[in-house]
Amino acid sequence: MADQPGTRGLIFNEPLLWEKGKNGRCAMSIPESDVPQAALPEHCRREDVRFPDLAELDVVRHYTRLSQWNFSIDSGMYPLGSCTMKYNPKLNEKLAASPSLANSHPMLEDGLNQGTIRLLYDLQEYLKAITGMAGVSLQPAAGAQGELAGMLMFAGYFKAKGEQRTKILIPDTAHGTNPASAALCGFKPVAVKSGAKGTLSAESVAALMDEQTAGIMITNPNTLGLFESEIQQIAEIVHGKGGLVYGDGANMNAVMGIVDIARTGVDVMHLNLHKTFSTPHGGGGPGAGPVLCVEKLLPFLPSPMAVRNDDGYAMVSVGEHSIGRLHAFHGNYSVLIRAYGYILSMGAENLKRASQYAVLNANYVKSRLTDVLHLPYDSACMHECVFSDKHLQKHKVMTLDLAKRLIDYGYHPPTIYFPLIVSGAIMIEPTETECKDDIDGFIEAVKTIVGEAESNPELLHEAPCISKVRRLDETQAARKPCLIG
Amino acid sequence: MRYLPHTEEEIGQMLQVIGKNSLEELFSSIPEECRRQNLMELPKAKSEYEMLAHMNELGRMMKIDGDTKFLIGAGSNDHYIPELVGQLAGRSEFLTSYTPYQPEISQGTLQAIFEYQTLTARLLGVDVANASMYDGASALAEGLLMAIRLGKKRKTVAISGAIHPHYRQVVHTYFQATEYRIVELEVDEHGITDFSILAELQDDLAAVAVGSPNFFGVIEDVGSIAENVHQLGALLVCSFSEPLAFGLYNSPGDLGADIVCGEGQSLGLAKSFGGAALGMFGCKQDFVRAMPGRLVGQTNDLDGKRGFVLTLNTREQHIRREKATSNICSNQGICALSAAIYMSALGGTGLKQLARLNYDKAEYFKQQFVQSGAEIVSHGPTFNEFVVKFGFDFEPVRKKLLGKNIVAGLALGAYYPQLANCYLFGVTEKTSKDVMDMVAEEVQHG
Amino acid sequence: MKELDELILPDDIRYSADHEWARIEDEFAYIGISDFAQDQLGDIVFVDMPEVGDSFDQGDEFGSLESVKAVSEMYMPLSGEVVEINEDLSESPELLNADPYENWIIKIRMEDLEDYDQLLDAEAYLESLEE
Repeated sequence: MADQPGTRGLIFNEPLLWEKGKNGRCAMSIPESDVPQAALPEHCRREDVRFPDLAELDVVRHYTRLSQWNFSIDSGMYPLGSCTMKYNPKLNEKLAASPSLANSHPMLEDGLNQGTIRLLYDLQEYLKAITGMAGVSLQPAAGAQGELAGMLMFAGYFKAKGEQRTKILIPDTAHGTNPASAALCGFKPVAVKSGAKGTLSAESVAALMDEQTAGIMITNPNTLGLFESEIQQIAEIVHGKGGLVYGDGANMNAVMGIVDIARTGVDVMHLNLHKTFSTPHGGGGPGAGPVLCVEKLLPFLPSPMAVRNDDGYAMVSVGEHSIGRLHAFHGNYSVLIRAYGYILSMGAENLKRASQYAVLNANYVKSRLTDVLHLPYDSACMHECVFSDKHLQKHKVMTLDLAKRLIDYGYHPPTIYFPLIVSGAIMIEPTETECKDDIDGFIEAVKTIVGEAESNPELLHEAPCISKVRRLDETQAARKPCLIG
Repeated sequence: MRYLPHTEEEIGQMLQVIGKNSLEELFSSIPEECRRQNLMELPKAKSEYEMLAHMNELGRMMKIDGDTKFLIGAGSNDHYIPELVGQLAGRSEFLTSYTPYQPEISQGTLQAIFEYQTLTARLLGVDVANASMYDGASALAEGLLMAIRLGKKRKTVAISGAIHPHYRQVVHTYFQATEYRIVELEVDEHGITDFSILAELQDDLAAVAVGSPNFFGVIEDVGSIAENVHQLGALLVCSFSEPLAFGLYNSPGDLGADIVCGEGQSLGLAKSFGGAALGMFGCKQDFVRAMPGRLVGQTNDLDGKRGFVLTLNTREQHIRREKATSNICSNQGICALSAAIYMSALGGTGLKQLARLNYDKAEYFKQQFVQSGAEIVSHGPTFNEFVVKFGFDFEPVRKKLLGKNIVAGLALGAYYPQLANCYLFGVTEKTSKDVMDMVAEEVQHG
Repeated sequence: MKELDELILPDDIRYSADHEWARIEDEFAYIGISDFAQDQLGDIVFVDMPEVGDSFDQGDEFGSLESVKAVSEMYMPLSGEVVEINEDLSESPELLNADPYENWIIKIRMEDLEDYDQLLDAEAYLESLEE
């Protein structure tokens, strides 16, 4: 274990904010007033807000200590399947903080904001070039909102054609957001079972697709890390019944520069800029989930969007059937700046290499771990591979135990118990920014833990042993919710 | 490329382990017809230095900069952001961490969000607050959908026309494929919502949404609105885009609002063309299981030590799928953290002082306008923002002020045709007396 | 998790294939979940119950049970109107794990007494689990 990054560091204790401080302290530099005091409207005036009073160093120590209780990409590897936890370039933080852009006000006339809008326009063009799609809206603030936009575009498309469609096909490997997004648009999800090899067959889609069905939502590569090789036949079947194909681009990191999404038959898709395009996860957000579409869906894209005209750049409402506005302003703009910086820093060739290395790394992990972990679907994977805990069960060790033990070795656990069709799933996505040495270290840690499962299963049940806190009682948290202090 | 670590030698070694001869062979499962015909058409890769130079070029295309005086809010407020907010929230342990699904190694994010929920609940006067939504607009849409879930069979919502026009558009977007009806409430000539038609909707009315402070900066009479709405068996959803107002005025929750949701950008976030923003969202305790979004809760570890976890997950899409309370997955993690840092830097004492300063500045500016012959349209108490009506064409004056790097207000005609000669002004603690005097002087000569 | 022979299945009540049980008292019936159901779900953290006065047909969903990471719907073994709900479960859902038979979930006024006869007895229910 000496060679693994997971070691005990200096971990400070730190109370809750309101358990420290003294009334009357303040960490804010509030300017002195240069105007007379005005009379206050007494009837609606508030007494006190119960915020703790802290001085600047109180606040700085508090958050510095808290930050040290977090695992992060900058400290270690995140082999989290479907999350594409690649390195978040430092440069992009500086770009997002550029004074002119960071000060740009969203309610001003376009003439004052030419730089801001040009960036949006160029990013729209780049994302179109990367996917092969005809149009894009950068408004969706996250992948799930991109999906919602896509489903609203589906609904708008059928409404414009005077059709009422009530169902949508969703494969059993889909992300949970897919059915939830479809349901918000009045589509009832119908599950499509994937075949024995872990991919969808055209026949199974043909059997379910009819003229009451709006279409299908497909993640490709799917959540088993496999490319849906019958995607074109599936799209033909769906289109043949007048339906549309939605592509969940969560796994775009596998196919940049390789697959032309429009050619696969996808009509509408979203991208996750916080996955494929390296913007930081921020412990849960903000993300960005641009929605893209082919020619025939252009009139339905959200409004406004950036255009270039004779006077320069402008934000305009374009499509006659636009689903409208999804965000108060223009989406998570500061996230868009980071993705823009990433694309320009990489260029076409490096983006393609990123996908190639991501796939190389996943296949390498798969090859080196097949002799110790059970591999439910043994075909060439794309950017992630899925194992299960089948071989561990005889020692009464589960996926969760393996995952928690990895923490002691200094790795973030993989995605576990997803996709749902694999019992005890362990889903590993190394991403292209991890070097071979670090991937080897991770593989060795998994092998050691599998050994421990046999020799000392109790150790795994108790893991992690050296983290700030040990396993937490989630049952108590849910039974007696304590959501504020 | 500095982000891609593999050497040719390593690639060769790895391919050998996999049993492939080339990188291309790894993609053999992809049918030929799905592949690109050519390389992606993108600009040539830029070095770090070239990238910075390029961003400076974009910056030079801007007519505003770090010195611009913004006398406009309208949902994106120009408050001072203390240095510690960016430096602490920008720590890479926060910034480059994943959603805290593995609580043992995410206690930093989890405790910080628990504290954010707590401070938010205290500020808004609600029992519980979630870990944040995308922005004030989608938070309002989600708040109304939540109210409909709670209202069982009622299918109509009424929205004040004095809520930010863009927020109302987003509500329409979210509702367009549902069977629910939206009724917009008229606004009187002083920027106050007219609720008189509510009674006509009563049996079908699930919720009423009001802004306070509303788009015109006006503090609405939330207490009596709440009473009225509850008598009709509906829920009151209160929206806002200037949370600092609640350092001076009664909070919507204390006044009886059932769901309080709005934009938290004022609390330490850059304007940044409107994003990344922060949807703040809270409600009464009884409604917590119908609430959208992530929640952090307190619990204990195996040793009995205090710790935090994501909880009440069964409301969410990854478990309840199509029956989830919302499709939302992400929160605005770093934005919520920034707001928490901002609120802790302010403290209760600082908040009161800062809110008072903002109020005094706005009152001074109103007075200067009146003395210069303009009319203040917004009646009653306001916070930071107010509507001014000019007896002459203000556009040339506004243009002249832009030349002095002052953005003087937002023309309202495009949003409210009846307010053709009216401008929405906003001030903050950054607005100096000199700038306000300068504008007043131009108005006098206008 | 329990092996089938470890399950407690009292024979004075009847079961549905959806793992609910019913116990009759005059024209009323108490309805709960079986030992198998509580064991499968694990630690129950919340019980979503209908309101008094709600009416359901046999087979209708009348509420749900939540564990930390799963939701499971409950279906009516009998048709009828809810006359009482077990308020103790709102505060202490763990009672269902401790004793799923002592702790009924709802009490209904039955619509048709003959519905009860169609339910499975303990032996038949166990057989259905074995399948």
